[in-house]
Amino acid sequence: MSTVKYKTYMTDAIGPLPFCPGCGHTPLIKALDKALVKLQLDPKEVVIVTDIGCIGLSCRYFITNAFHGLHGRSITYGCGLKLARPELKVIVLKGDGGCGIGGTHLLNVARRNIGITLIVGNNFNYGMTGGQHSVTTPTDGRTTTTPWGNVEGPMDLCATAIAAGAPWVYRATMFDKDLPDVIATAIEQPGFAMLDVWELCAAYYVALNELDKKELFSLLDGLSFERGLLADKPRPEYSERYWAAYKAGKSTVKKKPPIEPKYANTVTKQTGIFIAGSAGQKIRSTATLFAEGAMFAGLNATQKDDYPITVQTGHSVSEIILSPETIEYTGINSPDLFVLISEDGLKRVRSQVEKLPETCILYAEEKLQLPETNARVRRFPFSRIGRDVGRLSVAATALGTMLADTRMFPVEAFAEAIRRSQSPAIAEINVKALSAGAELAAKGG
Amino acid sequence: MGYEFIEGNEAIARGAIKAKCDFVASYPITPASSILHYLLRLVPEVGGIAIQAEDEIASMGFCIAASMAGRRVLTSTSGPGMSLYSENIGLAIMGETPMVIVDVQRQGPATGSATKGAESDIQFTRWSTSGGLPIIALSPATVGEAYELTYIAFNFAEKYRTPVFILTNKEIGVTKESVSLDSIKLPPLVERKRVPTGQDRYFPHYFESAEEVPAISDFGGEYVARFTTSTHDKTAYLTTKPEIIQEMIDHYAAKIDRAADDIALVKEDLEEGADILVISYGIISRSAAVAVRRARAQGRKVSSLVLQTLWPVPEKVIESAMCGVKKVIIPEMNMGQYLVEVERLAPPEVEVVGVCKMNTTLVSPEEIIERGGLL
Repeated sequence: MSTVKYKTYMTDAIGPLPFCPGCGHTPLIKALDKALVKLQLDPKEVVIVTDIGCIGLSCRYFITNAFHGLHGRSITYGCGLKLARPELKVIVLKGDGGCGIGGTHLLNVARRNIGITLIVGNNFNYGMTGGQHSVTTPTDGRTTTTPWGNVEGPMDLCATAIAAGAPWVYRATMFDKDLPDVIATAIEQPGFAMLDVWELCAAYYVALNELDKKELFSLLDGLSFERGLLADKPRPEYSERYWAAYKAGKSTVKKKPPIEPKYANTVTKQTGIFIAGSAGQKIRSTATLFAEGAMFAGLNATQKDDYPITVQTGHSVSEIILSPETIEYTGINSPDLFVLISEDGLKRVRSQVEKLPETCILYAEEKLQLPETNARVRRFPFSRIGRDVGRLSVAATALGTMLADTRMFPVEAFAEAIRRSQSPAIAEINVKALSAGAELAAKGG
Repeated sequence: MGYEFIEGNEAIARGAIKAKCDFVASYPITPASSILHYLLRLVPEVGGIAIQAEDEIASMGFCIAASMAGRRVLTSTSGPGMSLYSENIGLAIMGETPMVIVDVQRQGPATGSATKGAESDIQFTRWSTSGGLPIIALSPATVGEAYELTYIAFNFAEKYRTPVFILTNKEIGVTKESVSLDSIKLPPLVERKRVPTGQDRYFPHYFESAEEVPAISDFGGEYVARFTTSTHDKTAYLTTKPEIIQEMIDHYAAKIDRAADDIALVKEDLEEGADILVISYGIISRSAAVAVRRARAQGRKVSSLVLQTLWPVPEKVIESAMCGVKKVIIPEMNMGQYLVEVERLAPPEVEVVGVCKMNTTLVSPEEIIERGGLL
């Protein structure tokens, strides 16, 4: 015969259980103790997490780890503990009130299948705050906040958990003789397990509704809420799936070599550049490659982007600052260079274009109808050339033209940045577009 | 020395990994989402868990519990998410939970402008939770500092058993900059003080003097651990005794307030005989740097303080820098949230001028010069 190391997991160090005479929490907590004795778990490997409400008083009476958090959030603490240390047995004790305020956590733990055990001490009202109605209060039930009877309908916690994907769900009552065994079975489940235990609240719900053991069972029957084991469909627990997906995943973190400056540049002051085009024209990514090209030529760079929340439509505008010095203020009050590729881009920056100073050079797609501006306008057939080389390369063409025209740094530095980031096939197309753009500059706009 | 072209949010993720962060839970929100995106890929590489939670409340709940189970945790959000975080920030203070909370600030109130920058949450962070107890908050000015201060935030969180906030801004978070992270010098990594083995029992909040930071035993470790949201004694058992409750409250306050000098990260650029002092933080400190340089070029004597630590207020450094000046200028992307802190420290003869703007755009060097009266 094996020796029983733990005869109880409870301590009377702070006195007897504090619940009212007749309260369902007392038999529930005693049944949990018996379940733990049955399982003989190491108290250091068990965490009892409690919600707010009368049931939140109970973790103090156990010799296991205890975590008592905020109202409705006990499931989130239980999940955090389980995710951090999957070897822990995490038992969450919660009332029907906590299931209401923390409803989303119930749905999501069931859906995710994080392997905690949730025990709901369900007594149809808020005991701790004075007997107000909860999400499980039966219709017509009297509480301090439903003085003429509850006009709302009760939530079936078990059906809700099952609908959300809970693999193991059981409905019991405080009077069930086998409650310790049922709790032990719930704790042993590798995945999420929920046990809804119907109870009497002696102080409030019983007093206002003349509920007793017999009435509790007829209440269950009247609602057609089933009892016993309602779901038993095991599936892999969250952590198991997390690591399996990670190990099988092809998407690992790509490390690009750092940029070592190796080209010269002719930039003598902080230079602000705008590039405005349309979604799908690779404005932002090409602007990044352009800035990285400048970094290959020893320049500092910053980049900000502006685009609609619906990313595949409308404008796409990038702001680049290049400087031989540290870049402090990252705003561009007065752009030095402006590249305009499409109608969407122009629409977004029209008021800025109207205000451009005469020191600014504006490189514009030749088909665009430009507003009046003091900038020095140069027109080029960017979209035609870009289309000849590759549909997605118009930005590389336009920036190639601007770069070759300004000679801020060698076109080859831009090409090197492209090759550093893109696959050889894509890089080849973009370098070709870049060269075509540079040739446009040589011909003059 | 090699360079990269990365945004502030990536730098925060990389700083966290450098600080051995191994647990992350966040909910998507512009402009903070990419921190989660980076960490979802980086954290499993170091054996950790990163998860998108169902909301910001769950993000905080997961992280608090994971930290108490021994993980080094980070969660990231923006203003509207901070509103939901506030519920659990008090719990983290109450349980003395080490954690790093990143707020990539955007234009508020409410949804505001989701994709636009501001410094909306400076005072909200300090007073976000019931009880009014101190927290630590750091504010980076560059992508490089986002990396550095995130790393340091983990050190402070573990050293002081407290939530530490990174108050960054859309203007750093999703702005790319050329930076060499490897060349940034970092202090040694700090691990939380853990209870030695072989003790009779574990007191989760044990201290001799009020400012002492209690040693932790993680949930799942050698000792049975306890954690509670309720007023409690050093054993983490509920108490209703006023003298013990006061002792614990004094402890939570003292461990941060009395360490203010250690936590104060300030860049001082003081000029002998200056009659103007510019105090700035975050992205706007870069506009301030330009403004101060221009003023000096015109022969004006100006001192500058750039605060990397916002909470607790680096009072000594600010008070000392204000000695002898006639005017203090504070530019901010809000309606003067830090201005009030400087005002309460300023001697009556010192004029305190806020250059406040909250319209989604940066405060420019010109605005600091003109509205602040720097020249």
